[in-house]
Amino acid sequence: MLVVACIKQVPDTTQVQIDPVTNTLVREGIPFIVNPYDTHALEEALRLKDRFGCKVAVLSMGPPNAEATLRKALALGVDMAILLSDRVFGGADTLATSNVLSAAIRKLNSEVDEVGLVLCGKQTIDGDTAQVGPGIATRLAYQQLTLVDRIDNLDVGGKRIRVSRKLEGRHEIVEAPLPAMLTVVRELNRPRYPRVPMRLAAADAQVEVWNNQVLKLDEQSIGLKGSPTWVSKIFSPERVKGEILGDGYADPEGTAALLIDKLLAKDMLPL
Amino acid sequence: MTPNPTIFTPLLIISLGIFAWGCWRRLSLVALGQAENRFDNIGARIGEMLKYAFGQKRVLAKPFGLNHFVIFWSFIILLVSNTEFLLHGVFPSISLAHLPDGIYFPLLLVIDIVSLLALVAVVIAMVRRIIAPPYPEARTIEAFFILALIATLMMANFGINGARISHMPVIYLAVAHTYMPVSSFVAGLIAPSAGALVFGVSWWAHAAALLLFMCYLPHSKHMHILTAIPNCFFRRLEKPNTQPREEFVSGNTFGVAQADRFTWKDLLDSMACTECGRCQKVCPANITGKPLNPRAVVHDIKVNLLENGALLKQGATPVTPLIGDGGEGSVAEEVIWGCTTCGACMEACPVFIEQMPKIVKMRRHLVENEARFPEELLNLFENMEGRSNPWGIAPSERTKWCAQMEVKPFDKNTTEYLLYVGCAGSFDSRSKHVSVALAQLLDKAGVSWGILGKDEKCCGDSLRRLGNEYVFDRMAKENVRIFTERGVKKVITQCPHCFSTLKNDYKQYGLELEVIHHSEFLRNLVQDGRLKLEGTSAELGATVFHDSCYLGRHNDVYDAPREVIELATGTAPAEMERNRNNAFCCGAGGGRMWMEEHTGERINLTRVREALEEKPDTICVSCPYCLTMFEDGLKDVKADSVKVRDVAEVLAEAALR
Ligand code: SF4
Ligand code: SF4
Repeated sequence: MLVVACIKQVPDTTQVQIDPVTNTLVREGIPFIVNPYDTHALEEALRLKDRFGCKVAVLSMGPPNAEATLRKALALGVDMAILLSDRVFGGADTLATSNVLSAAIRKLNSEVDEVGLVLCGKQTIDGDTAQVGPGIATRLAYQQLTLVDRIDNLDVGGKRIRVSRKLEGRHEIVEAPLPAMLTVVRELNRPRYPRVPMRLAAADAQVEVWNNQVLKLDEQSIGLKGSPTWVSKIFSPERVKGEILGDGYADPEGTAALLIDKLLAKDMLPL
Repeated sequence: MTPNPTIFTPLLIISLGIFAWGCWRRLSLVALGQAENRFDNIGARIGEMLKYAFGQKRVLAKPFGLNHFVIFWSFIILLVSNTEFLLHGVFPSISLAHLPDGIYFPLLLVIDIVSLLALVAVVIAMVRRIIAPPYPEARTIEAFFILALIATLMMANFGINGARISHMPVIYLAVAHTYMPVSSFVAGLIAPSAGALVFGVSWWAHAAALLLFMCYLPHSKHMHILTAIPNCFFRRLEKPNTQPREEFVSGNTFGVAQADRFTWKDLLDSMACTECGRCQKVCPANITGKPLNPRAVVHDIKVNLLENGALLKQGATPVTPLIGDGGEGSVAEEVIWGCTTCGACMEACPVFIEQMPKIVKMRRHLVENEARFPEELLNLFENMEGRSNPWGIAPSERTKWCAQMEVKPFDKNTTEYLLYVGCAGSFDSRSKHVSVALAQLLDKAGVSWGILGKDEKCCGDSLRRLGNEYVFDRMAKENVRIFTERGVKKVITQCPHCFSTLKNDYKQYGLELEVIHHSEFLRNLVQDGRLKLEGTSAELGATVFHDSCYLGRHNDVYDAPREVIELATGTAPAEMERNRNNAFCCGAGGGRMWMEEHTGERINLTRVREALEEKPDTICVSCPYCLTMFEDGLKDVKADSVKVRDVAEVLAEAALR
């Protein structure tokens, strides 16, 4: 059984600023990271490999420099890493992205091994749509299990999976036949740390690049042309600057008292 | 019972054989270690050996050191008489008596007196081991056996000489009384009829003790008699405040998980340990009840090597794992993670064993090959690699500490000093006050200084001490590149960890900087009259100073922070019981800052209580980690009326009014 983890290279959003004039993300000099939720998807795939001996493939769609992200996955122990990169994939929304990823998964299914599970992070920290995973499940007609925080049971031979979904205020235990697409939350696991020999091997390893000549998708279904939605404007909400009360270092108690008075005055402290 | 060469000679040959075999067995194992150059600077090495091995400088630093000094020098001097004894046993014609009287008689006197001194010293050592041993496990049968052997040798010597004197013609007696007073006294106790018997028994007792000693020596902790002297010769001449680099190419192994992956010097160390226990008595982890005991680590390496030696020689897999359950011959992971890299053990060891680098080498194996470490470290490692600071704060916030003041970026054409603020000074809310105080003092003194701002990176100290050499290596290279590109030559640091890393570790990367800790820099500014004081910081009340391990022990800066405090307050700070090179760690070094402390008493609480003994109003520190550890500790012991101040803050009270 092949387990596919989909990961995305994202800018480290805590370091991102928005250009006030153009309303676009200032990406220069901002380091890229693996989308944090995806690291949990990747970790779970590796755990399934450790437990059941499944093969793990990792997919990422992005510009050529996203190769670095795939090398990180290789350093953690995935069997194959494929970068889906082509100019015509650029500008894609979630629909067009899921078209490309689905095509790649189909190809893996027919050429490498039968795909049993696709694992995605619940959302990315740059787009925050949480749509790509479900999009893949829909395109491939896989079972769709979102917000998974625990895999209770995986029956590889019987092709069934039982998971716990983390919902607001409750958990749901769901069982489904394979193949299935899971989106995962952070509580699922703690990602591992790469070992140095693997890091060194990953630096030399081959990252396969599939462009559209490989995937042969209709250009109307991918990239900007295949995207029914587009971003018209990005802006950060204006923050009205607050005030600095007292001097918390010199006089912590007095400063706390100032704050309490202020909250009382605004009737924000129920007494 | 008379001496008999026909019996003695074969016994001697057998004993020499056992001695040689024992030495060969152990030293051939040392040769399994990895290469390391300790043959540089031979002149200095000879000097160190004379000072510390023959001069016993460190041994003498502790009360019972004198006792050891006596035994050591008796041993050396009595080598003469014992060699004569062995040769005489085989070839009865050989004797010191053939020497000219002018040499022979004084030699007799020396041997007589020294034998008595040795006997007394051995008895003292035995009594000490019974009533107040250096550490409880030191009461071993082995220790008593060896002491008993030496005592037997000395007493047998008096027996032999006494019996001889008791049979001497009267005309020789005056000479004997003058040159062999102790033996003459013994002679007086021997009945004339028993002379021959006493001589025979003493001679054979002496022979037996000497041969047994020879056979036993290379198989016991007393191997140190042979290895301690070369160990002082091969000591690291500079302070052991860094770890060696690793080369990251495929196929290399990283760290140490097998005894023969240590260097030959590491292995020689394990054979040179005297088991004196001085290291464990100063180890903060050991004192506060953690399983780490530096003496035991060294011992376990030796036992492991002995157990696996034959297999390692064949290149086979060893049976006893070096990192394992903590039984004899294996070191438990909790032991390896307990070390604060404070260096107290290395400072105390009379034979210059380097315990701390061995611990870091084992950490490297765990981190680099196994990715196995206390879970708190995962975040640290990722934050360091991703954002170049321990907390994972966005690098763009590095300059927030100086938002309220004008600070210039470092420019090699116009700025003299780089102020390397460090992660704590940039991000930690308490340490930011230290950065501000320091910056204001530098401005007031008219120093030309600047910062790297958002381009400053973490120095990587914690990573290196935690064994994450791979990421440290990348950070070090990055910093070296930045410093070189920017033309940085002189650096001021306010953190002893940055200080030591920039100064000592980066040297391995070819970067020679003039690094100065802010305590030294500020002291110089005041003493040179560049920084005028406007008053005193007397309102800080009674002060006590805590030495940072990485400033003091690892870099020998002891006076500067004390002088700053004295200049600012008008009074020298009080000293804690353990101070300067004997100071007790705050518990945060070696990456312990980022780890939980589950076992035993917390190290910082022990140190805070020691500081409070001096009844201070203010505890002065020179390191951001110490600052945190003391402030946390004071809260825990409910003594928050006591303040903690960095030396820069102390000086700022007097200079910026
Ligand atoms: S460096 Fe300090 S903590 Fe580590 S073993 Fe030595 S004395 Fe103990
Ligand atoms: S390592 Fe050094 S200080 Fe520790 S017991 Fe051995 S000889 Fe003594």
